Amino acid sequence: MSELQYEKISAKNLPQEEPFAPGHRACQGCGEVLALRMVMKAVGHQAIAVSATGCMEVCTSTFPTSSWRTPWFHVAFENAAAVASGVDSGYKALRRKGKTSQGRFPILAIAGDGGTADIGMQALSGALERWQDFIYVCLDNEAYMNTGIQRSSSTPFGAMTTTSPPGKLSKGQATWKKNMPAIAAAHGVPYVATASPAYYLDLMNKVRKAAATEGPAYLHIYAPCPTGWRMKPELAIESARLAVQSRVFPLYEVINGQYILNRKVDKPKPLTEYLKPQGRFRHLDAQTLADIEARVNAEYEKIVRLAGADKKPAKAEDKPAE
Amino acid sequence: MSKRVGMEVSIAISEAVKMANVDVVAAYPITPQTHIVEHLSELVAEGELDAEFMPVESEHSAMSASLGSAAAGARTFTATSSQGLALMHELMYMAPGLRLPMVMAVANRAVSPPISIWNDHSDIMAERDTGWIQVFAENGQEAFDLTIQAYRIAEHPDVQLPVAVNLDGFTLSHVVEPILLPDQAEVDKFLPPWKPMLQLDPAKPISMGMFGIPEIYFEAKKATDEALVGSQKAIVAIWDEFEKLFGRKYNPIETYKTEGAETILVTMGSISETAMTAVDQMRDQGIPVGLVRIRLWRPFPDKEFKAAVKGAKKLGVIDRCLTLGSHANPVGQEVRSLLYQEKDRPYVFNFALGIGGRDVTRADFRYIYDQCQTLAAQGQDRCHMVGVME
Ligand SMILES: Cc1ncc(C[n+]2csc(CCOP(=O)(O)OP(=O)(O)O)c2C)c(N)n1
Ligand code: SF4
Ligand SMILES: [Mg+2]
Repeated sequence: MSELQYEKISAKNLPQEEPFAPGHRACQGCGEVLALRMVMKAVGHQAIAVSATGCMEVCTSTFPTSSWRTPWFHVAFENAAAVASGVDSGYKALRRKGKTSQGRFPILAIAGDGGTADIGMQALSGALERWQDFIYVCLDNEAYMNTGIQRSSSTPFGAMTTTSPPGKLSKGQATWKKNMPAIAAAHGVPYVATASPAYYLDLMNKVRKAAATEGPAYLHIYAPCPTGWRMKPELAIESARLAVQSRVFPLYEVINGQYILNRKVDKPKPLTEYLKPQGRFRHLDAQTLADIEARVNAEYEKIVRLAGADKKPAKAEDKPAE
Repeated sequence: MSKRVGMEVSIAISEAVKMANVDVVAAYPITPQTHIVEHLSELVAEGELDAEFMPVESEHSAMSASLGSAAAGARTFTATSSQGLALMHELMYMAPGLRLPMVMAVANRAVSPPISIWNDHSDIMAERDTGWIQVFAENGQEAFDLTIQAYRIAEHPDVQLPVAVNLDGFTLSHVVEPILLPDQAEVDKFLPPWKPMLQLDPAKPISMGMFGIPEIYFEAKKATDEALVGSQKAIVAIWDEFEKLFGRKYNPIETYKTEGAETILVTMGSISETAMTAVDQMRDQGIPVGLVRIRLWRPFPDKEFKAAVKGAKKLGVIDRCLTLGSHANPVGQEVRSLLYQEKDRPYVFNFALGIGGRDVTRADFRYIYDQCQTLAAQGQDRCHMVGVME
C-alpha cells in the first residue's frame, strides 16, 4: 500500500480550530476529555462523531448545551460502532445516488474502555469486519467511570475499583488487561494505533492517519482519570507520560498487519514511579508488584518482537514528539 | 397501470421496499422474516435496487445502524421477528424519541420459551409503548401497500416517526397471493424522495441524542407522545390520497357486517379473513354478529373504534398475545379501558387465540361468539384462552 497522504501536524502548525468546544462538565484534570479535544482538533470540523454512553457523552451533551461543533450523535452504550456504520453506509448510498454534495469525510465512533472491550465488542467487531469506513476511538481510562468506577476487562491487574475491591480474599482486579488493539488488529484492518495525550503530536498525527485510511481504523487512547484512579488532577498528563516511559502503555501502530513501535523504551522508568501516585494501586504488596512488572515487560517485549524492533537499535526518530 | 402477480407475501414486501427506492437496508436473519431480507439482498446484488445492504452481526446492530443511517438522511429499511425484535428492544425507543423516520417489517412470531418459530403477536406487543406507529396487515396486498404507505407516513413533516408494518409470520409472510403491483411511476408520484428536516451533516452541525435532566425529560417524552397521537391526521390523509391514486381504501378501523350486530368480534392481522368467513356463516344462520378489525394499533384510533362498536352489547376482543399475570391481554386492556367511561358501554370479553402458531379456525370464532353470550350471564372478567389443553 502506498504511504498515507495526510497533512502532518507539528508544534508549528497546530490546528487552531476547536470542533470540541470548551465548557464541558468533565472533572478537573480529566485525561479523557483532553484526549477527546485533541482527536477533534486533528480531525477538524468536516466530520461526524458518534459517542457511546459514558463520561464523555454525559459531560458534553446536557440539553440544551452541547460541546460539539461537528454533527454529533449519541444513541446508547454498546452500539457506537454500529451507529457509525449506519452513518457511513447511509452517506455512501446518498453520495452514489447524488443525494448529497458532501464528499468523503471522517466518521468517528467514540467510546470508553467499557463501551469497547466489554459491552460494545460485538458491534465493534461487526463494523471492523464489514470494512466500514470509520475511525473507532477507544478512550481507555481503565474502568467504567461514568457509573462510579466499576472494573472493566480493560482495568489493569491489581487495580482497586468499586467492583474489584481489595479485601481479605482479594488483591483488587484479578485479571490481566484485555489486549484490545491486538483484537482490533486481528480483524486485518488497515490501521490500528495506540496513543497518549502526553504525546499529543503523535496522537493527533495518528488521528490524521486514521482519517486518511479508507476502511476501518482503530485508535486506542490512554486516558488517565484522576477521579477514578484516585490521583491528584494535576498528575493526569504526567501519569500518561509515565505509562509510556515505564512500558505500561507502549505506543505503536499496526499498519496493514505490520507492527511499528513508535517509541522504544530501552531504559524504562521504575514501575512504582507510575503506580505510586495512583490510589487505586495503594494496597499492592511486593509480590503483586513484581508480578505486574514481569507481565508489563513481557507484553512490551511482545510488541518489540512483533515490530522487529529487537533487531535494530533505538534511534532518536523512534521517539514521538511530546 | 398495476399488474396482478402471484408472489409470496415476503417477496411482495421486498418489492415494495425496492419501489420505495430505499438507500440502506440493515438486517439480521430470523425466521420467518428471512425471505424479505434475502430477496432484498438479491435485488441489491443484481443492481435492481441501488442501496447499501448491511449484513450486520445482530438485530441490535441492525437497529443501531438503521438509526445512524436515518440520522444521516438516508431512507432506511429493516425487518425482524420475535427474538430479534426483543434484542432490539433497548433501541426501539430511539427512533421515535429522536424523530427518525424508518420502516420495519415485523413478521410476527411467538417469543421463547419454549422456542417457537410460529405466529402470534407477542413480539410486537412487547414494543407497544415505544412510540412506533404500528399497523397490522390482513393480507398480501395490504402488506405491500402498507409498506409503501409507511414511508410516506414516516417522512411526513408532521410525523417524523418510525413505522412498523406487522404481518403474521408464515400464515401471511410465506403464503403466495395475487398482488397488484403498481408502476414505479405511480409509486414515485405517491412517494417523493425524502427531504429530512434534521440530519447529521457537517455543513450544518447539530447534536442528537442528548442528556436529559429531570427539568426537560418529561417534556421530551410528552413531545413524542404528541407527535404519535397527532400522526393519525397525516396517516388518514395519506390513506385518502392512496385511495385516489390506487383505488384501495384504508381506514384505521375496518368494520365488517357490524350493522345491527349485537355482538362484535375484534381482531388484528390475518386471522381477520377467517373471522370474516365465520361471520358470514353466522349471519347466514341469522346471528347478529359483526367484525371490527384494528389496522392502526398505534396511535390507537379511539374515536374511530368507539364509532365502529357503537350499539353493540358485547365485544369479543381477540388477542394473539398473553399478558402474563393480568386479567386481560393488550388489545383487551386497550378496548376495555377505552370504553370504561362510556355511558352505554358494552361487555368487553377478552380471548387469547392462536398462541405460538396454534391453528385458528372458523369454529373458534363461533365458539368465541357463543362464549360472549354465556359469559355475559356469568360476568366473566378474566381473559379466556381458546383452544388450550386443560
Ligand atoms: C445497556 C447499558 N448498560 C449499562 C449502562 C450503564 N452505563 C453507562 S456508562 C457505563 C460505563 C461507561 O464506562 P466506559 O465505557 O469505560 O466509559 P467511561 O465512563 O469510563 O468514559 C455504564 C455501565 C448503560 N447506559 N447501558
Ligand atoms: S470520572 Fe474520570 S473520565 Fe470521567 S470526567 Fe471525571 S476524570 Fe474524566
Ligand atoms: Mg472507562
